[in-house]
Amino acid sequence: MSNLPLLSLLVFLPWIGAVALALLPRLSEVAQRRLALVASLSTLAVALALLSGFDPARTAPQFVEKHAWIAALNVYYHLGLDALSLILVLLTGLVAPAALAASFRSGGFRGFAAFFLTLQGAALGVFLALDFFHWFIFWELSLIPAYFLIKIWGGPGATRAAYQFVIYTLGGSAFLLLGFASLFSAAGTFDFQQLAQLGADGSLARKLGGDGSWLPQAVFLGVLLGLAVKVPLWPFHTWLPPAYAEAPTGASMFLTGVMSKMGVYGFLRILWPIFPRELQAAAPWLMVLALGGVVLGAWAAMRQTDLKRMVAYSSVNHLSYCLLALFAVAHASGKGGAVSEAATAALSGTLLQMFNHGLSAAALFLCVGVLEKRSGGRRGLDDFGGVRTVAPFFAALTGVAMFSSLGLPGLNGFVGEFLIFRGVFGLAPWAAAVATLGLLATAIFLLTFWQRVFHGTVAGATPGFRDLTLAEAAPLLPATALMVILGVYPQLLAGLINPLVTAWAGHLTPP
Amino acid sequence: MSSISYLELWRALLPEACLTLGAVLVLAMDLAAPAGRPAAARRGTAAAVALIALAAAGWAAARSGTAGPAFGGVFVLDRLTLITRLGVIGLALLTVALAGNLSRLANAAEYIALILFATAGFTLMAASNQLLIAFLALELASLALYVLAGFDKTRPESAEAGLKYFLFGGVSAAFLLFGFSLLYGLTGSIAFPEIARQLAAQPPSALLVVALAMILVAFGFKAAAAPFHLWAPDVYEGAPAGSAALIASASKLAGVALFTRLLWAGVGAPVAVSWLPVLAILAAVSLVLGNVAALAQSNVRRLLAYSAISHAGALVLGVMVAGRSPGAVVYYALTYGLATVGAFGVIAALETAGPSRRLEDLAGLHRRSPFLAGCLAIYILSLAGIPPLAGFLGKFAVFADALRAGGLNGPTGWLAFLAIAMSAVALYYYLLILKQAFVAAPKAGAGQFAVPPAARLALGVAAVAIIVLGIAPGLVLGAF
Amino acid sequence: MNALPWTILFSFAGAILALVAGTRSAALARRVGLVATLAGLAATLLAATRFTPGPGLQTVLDLPWIPQLGVRCHLAADGISLTLVVLTGIAATAGVLFSWNIEERAGEFFALYLTLIGGVYGVFLSADAFLLFVFYEIAIVPKYFLIASWGSTNREYGAMKLVLYSFAGSALVLGGLLWAFAAAGGRSFALADLAAAAARFPRGDQLAMFGLLFFGFAVLAGLFPFHTWAPTGHVAAPTAASMLLAGVVMKLGAYGCLRVAMPLFPEALAWWQPAIAWLAIAGILYAGLVALVQDDFKFVIGYSSVSHMGFVLLGLAAANPQAVGGAVLQMFSHGMIAGLLFAVVGRIVYERTHTRRLDALQGMPLHRLLPFGAVVFVLAGMASMGMPGFSGFPAELAILIGTWKASPIWALFAAAGILVAAAFTLRVVQVSFFGRTASASDPAPANEYPFAPVTWPEKAGAALLLASTVLIGLRPDLLLDWINPALQSPLMQAALRGGPP
Repeated sequence: MSNLPLLSLLVFLPWIGAVALALLPRLSEVAQRRLALVASLSTLAVALALLSGFDPARTAPQFVEKHAWIAALNVYYHLGLDALSLILVLLTGLVAPAALAASFRSGGFRGFAAFFLTLQGAALGVFLALDFFHWFIFWELSLIPAYFLIKIWGGPGATRAAYQFVIYTLGGSAFLLLGFASLFSAAGTFDFQQLAQLGADGSLARKLGGDGSWLPQAVFLGVLLGLAVKVPLWPFHTWLPPAYAEAPTGASMFLTGVMSKMGVYGFLRILWPIFPRELQAAAPWLMVLALGGVVLGAWAAMRQTDLKRMVAYSSVNHLSYCLLALFAVAHASGKGGAVSEAATAALSGTLLQMFNHGLSAAALFLCVGVLEKRSGGRRGLDDFGGVRTVAPFFAALTGVAMFSSLGLPGLNGFVGEFLIFRGVFGLAPWAAAVATLGLLATAIFLLTFWQRVFHGTVAGATPGFRDLTLAEAAPLLPATALMVILGVYPQLLAGLINPLVTAWAGHLTPP
Repeated sequence: MSSISYLELWRALLPEACLTLGAVLVLAMDLAAPAGRPAAARRGTAAAVALIALAAAGWAAARSGTAGPAFGGVFVLDRLTLITRLGVIGLALLTVALAGNLSRLANAAEYIALILFATAGFTLMAASNQLLIAFLALELASLALYVLAGFDKTRPESAEAGLKYFLFGGVSAAFLLFGFSLLYGLTGSIAFPEIARQLAAQPPSALLVVALAMILVAFGFKAAAAPFHLWAPDVYEGAPAGSAALIASASKLAGVALFTRLLWAGVGAPVAVSWLPVLAILAAVSLVLGNVAALAQSNVRRLLAYSAISHAGALVLGVMVAGRSPGAVVYYALTYGLATVGAFGVIAALETAGPSRRLEDLAGLHRRSPFLAGCLAIYILSLAGIPPLAGFLGKFAVFADALRAGGLNGPTGWLAFLAIAMSAVALYYYLLILKQAFVAAPKAGAGQFAVPPAARLALGVAAVAIIVLGIAPGLVLGAF
Repeated sequence: MNALPWTILFSFAGAILALVAGTRSAALARRVGLVATLAGLAATLLAATRFTPGPGLQTVLDLPWIPQLGVRCHLAADGISLTLVVLTGIAATAGVLFSWNIEERAGEFFALYLTLIGGVYGVFLSADAFLLFVFYEIAIVPKYFLIASWGSTNREYGAMKLVLYSFAGSALVLGGLLWAFAAAGGRSFALADLAAAAARFPRGDQLAMFGLLFFGFAVLAGLFPFHTWAPTGHVAAPTAASMLLAGVVMKLGAYGCLRVAMPLFPEALAWWQPAIAWLAIAGILYAGLVALVQDDFKFVIGYSSVSHMGFVLLGLAAANPQAVGGAVLQMFSHGMIAGLLFAVVGRIVYERTHTRRLDALQGMPLHRLLPFGAVVFVLAGMASMGMPGFSGFPAELAILIGTWKASPIWALFAAAGILVAAAFTLRVVQVSFFGRTASASDPAPANEYPFAPVTWPEKAGAALLLASTVLIGLRPDLLLDWINPALQSPLMQAALRGGPP
């Protein structure tokens, strides 16, 4: 088992599925669905195998695969898995098949599934690559399938939304690329771990431009820009609401569940380790931006009447919590002492929030998708009423997802948010205070959603609303179960990430 | 002076003797031909005799080799003479072969005889080492050319061409003679080496300036260099195609050879160098005027005339740098001559199938006669200076010599740059010709036609020669 | 290595044979063309397998030619030449495959095409400056006839403009070359001899000679603002000619800059460097922005070629091993990509839809009617954007690294250029093939647009080009292992002193 290149398999199995779908046009619909689902579930299978062999106490990457590739550019094919990667891989393994299953009935399923599986493999690659060259390949390759998924299967404004999405992200990527080009010209390597070592002891800044030079800051900004657009960090978020809203349900689920985590992952894996001092210096400003995302994202969600856009803005809000925690930790690094405990809490909260938000947001999009389908295309806040009475099963499932997103204690969303607030309060109390506004707004819009759509008199498109069949609910059930389990027993996840997070907080710069 | 050794004279002028004899024979045989003999047969006989005479002359020229001064220094048989003679004879051969099917020309035998006389004048020009012989040769050739230009009695343009050529030529001959007599007055000798020695010993004088200016005018006219070029467009347009071919090719080659010898061996290097700026102006004006005027032409012949003027500018540049070795300019003139003969040959062949004055008359040539179109492409591209054709090598050799002679410190370097720039301009109108031939569709009613075998052979030989000389220029350059 | 002169021979011999074959039938002419280009490609690949990378040119053939002018017939190759020769082989073969449908005057078409190829091979293999110039000029005239006779929009004007600009550029080169030759003593045209002598020329002369040589070659490479011939000419040209012109012939100019101008006058390069870099950047951005607003499909691709060549010129201007290596890699990469783009636009789309206007194409659900074309164009577009996994990415990365070393500001603008390229490429992909995706289940109106099915030559050509770009995208070391040692030669090292002090 340990001889198998598990990580490579993880990435390539979905791609093999995509190629198979592309090259076999005469498969029956049922066969297509089965093939796609198997390819997607392979991720979960391999992830579980990895989980069984994973040792949380070792913080260095495990299951490492490293081969020489392009000698002229000192590039290695380097994959590795630590706790951060593992939970994101598990998340992908859970969200992707669900999203795929939710799209079984869409027209042109073969094309949809081929693009989707390509996207899945690329996302996994991002979480596993430890050398910029192929990390960037995976990062960029995820864009094109996403573009086509939105454009071809999306709503009326899909073309513009997809174009904006790709161009924004590519724009950021261009500066990310430039940043790494300069890093290579200074350090001669693309390897994240080596660069992190150089960044930790300060020699990287010296190599980039020496004392007094603005070059290290410029490079930092470039890399920051590329990652910030992807998360997204306010104010680089304007591409997100249209893209999420116009995308078909399955794509929205994956976009919010997995793709948005790619950005946060980038901050944790790349920006913070390689540029600790620059991040510390920029942290106050960045915290303001993160707060902007928290508060303004939630307030904007409050004012939406389109349910999909509401959930999209709420994603901005939830992801900004993760970044807020990270920036607060970076801001406080170097102060030592009791800070370390708060930092541990903040970082744990970030990782847990990533996983939990992925589940709950994906589930929410699925539910909104069901609403849209049942009503023949309407998804406004005022288009429904009293769904609880005609579809109690559906309402129950949506309720779990919604309250998880709200952060109700007992569901998984609470743990992450609580830890983040606890950590940020210990590191930068003012930020925590401002962030509570976001909590308030989130509560308001989610409860409004719940109230208007599910409670009250039966109105709008609700008459004739059939409840969910078991087959339709199947994609939702595992996530819902996890949301409950992890809410009650968060140790399942926390146990995996604790050693890593403690190590990060201990150095206040990750290894 | 010792008594004249006629044997030596005969040996030195064997080529000219063959040619003159040939011309007389042609005339005699034609006179003696029985009445009622068809014109085609008479033409054929004349052409055959001419070809034999030309071949004999070529063999004689090759045999006399590079013996050095002959007949008491009146003639000189060096490499310049040899190559020029062979070149002129070759060009005349091609002209005769191309002229052989000019059915419209009455008196074909006289026509061919005139070609032979002109050629004799050219070969004599190449060998002359003395002012009087030079003038004699020039006049012999020119008179023949005047008549050749006006030979087509069915067209008034031909008569106009002949008359114009004669008038201009006559005036320029007067200038030349005046200049020569002044030179004699200054130096007391008519032999080139002696003149050079005398001029080197003298301080420069106003009389020398006048003499040289007059000689320059005459040669400017001969080479169709601006501003003495005004006769060229009308003559090229009006004269029969074969005459124009000879005027444009062989006369240029012989003129270049004679002028080179006159300038560098006759006037001598010290004086010649001080006249380079004047020559440079001549060359520059020719280059610019020739190319710019050619852009506006819609008549094929006039276009070739203006391009000839621009090439004359390059030839003058070549003469300017021929001090060390005339190889480059002779190569240029020879290959230019080949291309021009070919181009006029194509026009001549086209004339048998319809009008061929305007550019549009060439339309669709690739369909009407692929052979002609292919040959035309080779000639025009050689004129434009596209490798691997000989025209490119000629230009390159001349420009290389121009820049080797002092880089950009002297006029020759700048002239070379001007010529390179102008060649880019020239490509435009050369491509216009080829565009008609290869891209445009044939006009309604213009059908396919066949080219007679003699003309076919001549055109093919010219094309092959251009390609061969382009790939192996050492054949000519190496002789110097 | 001794297989390389055969490439030239096969091309010229093939040209004559094609001309003869054309008199029998168009099909025979096509086959002759394909055999000739495949033979050339085989020769290049054979030479590649026997090649040991190293600094300096490895002589393949050295014969005396014109002693009076100091000219030798000297063919030699190093890693850079070999890369470009392989590019020519692949691009030429693909071009023939995409011209399989030419019926009228096919013999002449393939004869001109093969003459052009022969000239291109010759330029890449010459080690004697005169010989290089001769082949450079040989390649000029066939372009005129290819465009004027078989082209489309505005063909006579486009052909004339393209050829006159090319010839004007080569006139500048001739001036500079002759001047340098004469100043060096007028004895030899060998590049090494000229470089050795050039170091002793007065500084002003060196600057002027470099200017003539570099800018003369750069005209053919499409340096701003001398680039206007490129979009007009490439749009007017028939598909195979556009593929070759944008894909390979523009690289002749860049190669000339790299092989002749830069090693001969390294000090002048340092003086001219900022001007060249800024002009290259201007070209990248200007051409990219203009491409963004075109409504003729082919014009977008034409301008995109100018923009990509701007990257090559910027890499050359940065003048350090990383940047120049990236520039050569970009030459190869863009050759493949331009070939693909023009092939889709011209052969796959235009031959069937008979329109290149984007607003007309937008109304057709092309991704449904031409799925093969859609896939190829999406992949080619990704490659053109510099998407990792395709050959453009390592090339642009290397150029960025090298340019950053020379001047971070230039690299910043170059990165902006990448963004602009992404924008216009995505726009044209979106509008042309995916304009009408109203509903994914919209049945294909096949009767409304009776398109001919995709032929095997189109598939083969596209496969060849796509495979090449993906292979080099994932394994750029295949080429970098040739290129980088070549940059270690003394001549190159003198030129690449690591950017400004």
